[in-house]
Amino acid sequence: MYVEPNTNERLEGQKSIPFYKKQVRRALRNCGFINPEDINEYIAADGYQALAKCLTEMSPDEVIDTVVQSGLRGRGGGGYPTGLKWKYTRQSQSDEKYIICNADEGDPGAFMDRSILEGDPHSVLEAMAIAGYAIGAQYGYIYIRAEYPLAISRLEIAIKQARKLGLLGENIFSTGFNFNIGLRYGAGAFVCGEETALIHSVEGKRGEPSSKPPFPAQRGVWDKPSCVNNVETFANIPPIFLKGPDWFKKIGTEKSPGTKVFALAGKVNNVGLVEVPMGITLREVIFEIGGGIKNNKKFKAVQTGGPSGGCITKDNLDIPIDYESLSSIGSMMGSGGMIVMDEDNCMVDIAKFYLEFTKDESCGKCTPCRIGNTRMLEILEKITKGNGTEQDLKDLAQLGDVIKDTSLCGLGQTSPNPVLSTLHYFEDEYLAHVKDKRCPAGVCQSLFSFHILPEKCVGCTACARICPAHCIEGELKKVHVIDQERCIKCSACYNTCKFNAIEKG
Amino acid sequence: MESKCDTHEKFKQLQKFIDSMEDRRGALIAVLHKAQQLYGYLSNDVIFFIAEKLEIPSAKVFGVISFYSYFTTEPRGKYVINVCLGTACFVRGADAIMREFEKILNIKAGETTEDKKFTLSGLRCIGACGLAPVVMVNDKVYGRVELNQVKTILKEYQEDE
Repeated sequence: MYVEPNTNERLEGQKSIPFYKKQVRRALRNCGFINPEDINEYIAADGYQALAKCLTEMSPDEVIDTVVQSGLRGRGGGGYPTGLKWKYTRQSQSDEKYIICNADEGDPGAFMDRSILEGDPHSVLEAMAIAGYAIGAQYGYIYIRAEYPLAISRLEIAIKQARKLGLLGENIFSTGFNFNIGLRYGAGAFVCGEETALIHSVEGKRGEPSSKPPFPAQRGVWDKPSCVNNVETFANIPPIFLKGPDWFKKIGTEKSPGTKVFALAGKVNNVGLVEVPMGITLREVIFEIGGGIKNNKKFKAVQTGGPSGGCITKDNLDIPIDYESLSSIGSMMGSGGMIVMDEDNCMVDIAKFYLEFTKDESCGKCTPCRIGNTRMLEILEKITKGNGTEQDLKDLAQLGDVIKDTSLCGLGQTSPNPVLSTLHYFEDEYLAHVKDKRCPAGVCQSLFSFHILPEKCVGCTACARICPAHCIEGELKKVHVIDQERCIKCSACYNTCKFNAIEKG
Repeated sequence: MESKCDTHEKFKQLQKFIDSMEDRRGALIAVLHKAQQLYGYLSNDVIFFIAEKLEIPSAKVFGVISFYSYFTTEPRGKYVINVCLGTACFVRGADAIMREFEKILNIKAGETTEDKKFTLSGLRCIGACGLAPVVMVNDKVYGRVELNQVKTILKEYQEDE
C-alpha cells in the first residue's frame, strides 16, 4: 500500500492520498483511464454522445446558449468567455468559417495541453465538431507544436478513426452536418500562441501578429471568420452538454466556474499536472497537493502565467485562484504553468531569465517589444554583473510600463510582468544587487565569492581535489585557503565539503 | 558526403509528399518540416525546389525559414543535443548543465563540433517539466540530469561506430 512520506501513514485508495484529495478531474477525466489510440474506449466513456445530442436535439443557438450559461472561460490564459467567442463568430456572415484549436503550448513550464492531446485526443475532436456546428464551420485546424511528436501521432490516429466511423466527415449522424479536421504544425515560435500570429502561421506564413480589430471572429484564416480556442477549453466542452451547465458551475467561483489544470513544477516535492477547482488557494496547491518545498527549504515565490505572468509571494498565498484575483496581484492565470521557487533562487536572475526568453521570442514587428525588451534585458544584465545603480531600477519600471502600453500583441503587452512583479515584491533583493553589490541567494556569479571557515575546516583536501581551477591550497589536516583571483565560482568545493566549512557570500 | 543518387532520391520523395497533399494552400511549413526531416537541414537547392513546386517566391520561403527557430540552413551534427531551458528546468539548474556540455565539447550553444558529431543547442520547454532538468539527444530524453551525468551521456554517443 502507498505510504505517505510525510506521516509514514499507510493510505487506502487514491482519494485519500494528499496529492489527489483536493483534485477534481474534468478536463483530464479520461487521461490515463482510456487507451487514446482506440476510439471505442472513448465512446465507451460516453464519447461523442455530446456531439450526437447537439446535432440531433439542439439548434446552433441553443448550443451556444448552453456554453454561455456554463460560464466557461478560455483556458489558454486570457479568460475570455468561450460562449461569447462562439456567438460573435456565428454572427459574422460568410460562406466559410473555421474552428481552430490552439495547441501551440509555448509557455515554458506548462504541459497540460500535451497531456490532454496524448491522453484523450478525441475529446478535443468532439468539442471542435460541436463548436463547428455552433458557429457554422465545416472545417477545423489544430495548430500544434512540432516539439510534441507523440501528441501529433495520437491526433493523426484519432482523426483517422473518427473519419472511419463517420464521426468526422460528411453527413455526421445523418444530420447533413459536415465537419473535417486538419493538422498544422508549429515550428518553434512562441509568438504563434497569440491568435492572430497563429492564424498567419496556419496560412503557412511568418507568424507575426496583426492588430485587432478586425478580430478573428470577423476575419481570421483565409480572411474568413474563425474561432480560436485552447485545448483545455475544448476538453471541458463535452461534459457541459452531457451533465448540463449547472453541473459545470457547481464548482469554482462565481466569475470563474469549473476547474483549471496546473503544471506544478520547480522546487516542490510532488510535481506534475493537478486539476483543481477554481477558487482553491495557492497554499493548498503548493503545500497540500504539492507536499511542500523540496529538501525542507523555505518557500520564496511561485510564478504563474509563464513569461507573461508574475511572481507571487507568501503574503498572497491565501488568495483564491481565479482570473481576476491573479491579475489583481500583478500575475495572471496564463495557461497554467506554476513554478515554485525556494530561497536558493535569485529573483533578479529569474526576471532576467524570462526577459531573455521574450527578447528571443519577440517577432520584431513592433518597436516597443523589439527594442524595449532588449534594453530591459541589458539593464538586468548590468545589475546581475554588479554594475547597476538605483536609477536603473527606476528605468526598468518606467520602460516596463511603456512596453506594456504600446506593444502590438499580447506578447509585448505582458512581457515586462515578470520584471515589474519581482521589482514590486522583491525590491530589497534588487537593492541588494545595486547598492550592496550582493546577491542574497548566491546565484549571480559576479556578486558572491567562496571562503573557507578556518574553525570548521578539518583539512580533508576534498575541496582541493575537486577544484577544476586548482586554486585551493592547503596541506592535509590543515586549514585550506581559496585563491580568490583564480576562483571561477563553479561551486564544486561548496557542494563537496562535508563539514559546511565553505561559506558562500 | 551524400552521393548525387541519394539527393535525387530524396528530391523524388519530397516531390511525392508535395503531390500527395490534399490542400496546398498554406502547406509551406509542413513541406519545410518534411524537407528538413529528409535532409537534416534546408540547403539553397532544396529551398529553390520547394519555392518552384509550391509557386511561392523563394524570398518568401527564406522569410518563413528565418522566422521559425525549428528550421536550419546549416548542416547539423549527427547527434543534436538539446538542453531544455524552460522555466522548470532553469530553476533546477539547466544553465549549469548547458555550461558543462559547452565545456566538455568545447563549443558554444548553437554550434556543431568539428567532426560533425554533436550539435549543441537550447530548447524552450519540451513539456517534461516533471523530469526537470531535461536533456534531449536526437529523440531520446534524459530526465533529472545531474552535472556528473553529462560525461556519461556523451560517452554513449562517442563510443558508437
